[in-house]
Amino acid sequence: MTADGCGAPAGGVSAPATVGSQAVVEGKVVHQGAVVSTGYARLLGTGDEFVAEVPLGADGGFRFFAAPGSWTLRVLAPGGLRAERSVQADNGQVTTVDVTI
Amino acid sequence: MSRSDVLVDADWAEAHIGDPHVVIVEVDEDTSAYDKGHIPGAVKVDWKKDLQDPVRRDFVDKTGFEALLSERGISNDDTVLLYGGNNNWFAAYAYWYFRLYGHDKVLLLDGGRKKWELDSRELSTDVPQRPRTSYTATEQDASLRALRDEVLDAIGKRNLVDVRSPDEFTGRLLAPAHLPQEQAQRAGHIPTARNVPWSKAANEDGTFRSDDELRQLYQGDAGLDFGKDTIAYCRIGERSAHTWFVLHELLGLPNVKNYDGSWTEYGSLVGVPIELGEAR
Repeated sequence: MTADGCGAPAGGVSAPATVGSQAVVEGKVVHQGAVVSTGYARLLGTGDEFVAEVPLGADGGFRFFAAPGSWTLRVLAPGGLRAERSVQADNGQVTTVDVTI
Repeated sequence: MSRSDVLVDADWAEAHIGDPHVVIVEVDEDTSAYDKGHIPGAVKVDWKKDLQDPVRRDFVDKTGFEALLSERGISNDDTVLLYGGNNNWFAAYAYWYFRLYGHDKVLLLDGGRKKWELDSRELSTDVPQRPRTSYTATEQDASLRALRDEVLDAIGKRNLVDVRSPDEFTGRLLAPAHLPQEQAQRAGHIPTARNVPWSKAANEDGTFRSDDELRQLYQGDAGLDFGKDTIAYCRIGERSAHTWFVLHELLGLPNVKNYDGSWTEYGSLVGVPIELGEAR
């Protein structure tokens, strides 16, 4: 993964040492007590506008570097599993959203 | 050219696992996904290491492409089925690349890796050993690729389709929201460009929308003049390869180019015009 890439590494990129001025949204996905390591987390704006998507990491984790504001987090996993959460992102903060589906 | 000539579904792919005339290729920037499990028999192409020049900002030349395909055991007569993560961004880029170098028997798997995973289809960690071939590419087809001077000349004349997210288009972000925002280039978009995010062309499971929906999206909603030539761009040229695939391969528009320099080049050029905010 490189800084100038556009890829979506599993679970997002490694956490920076400091979030600086970035608005970070991260969390983990759990189903029936086990982490969900195969699935996708999508960040959506108003009107369901797609913003970004990452595959879940081996630990069920995901991370986004969003603009500050209100977002919808949607999780998709095999077996038709899906969940949605509302999330508020703020500059300089890591917002944690753990999702049980 | 129609949709069935260029796009196949997962059932087709499953039926052709082991077909000696079909080579399935997973293309990703982060190839740990392939290592975790891939479509049985699929070989791996690393978008960064295999398809980009290691020194200059450019993709591998004809000789490099020939060496790559020969080493992966792909011959000129093989049908190549491409798929990958990120809703097929990098697979679409590789598709464009195969076309640039004259390989016509190339297909994209609708929905890519995501739909395959969400359908709980079989994944394998076995790495196939394909015998080496002697692949011969053609010279690059310049009709598919736009370079910066051509893009500057196209302002106000051709359709310019910026396929990044609205926040990148308007200048609020420099990169997609799953990446750090540390880049130093100027933000904004090329004047007269229309913003049609790549994601609007795809369903939630990564498959492409129907031809009617796609025509409505570009012609109806965004107001593209299908009678004009078109250049698509994003940040580094892979999301716009996805849109190039839609416009050129699925909808059959004749003159569509991908500007692979995209915003990381344009947004760093000295003296070029840039617009901020919504499309004018």
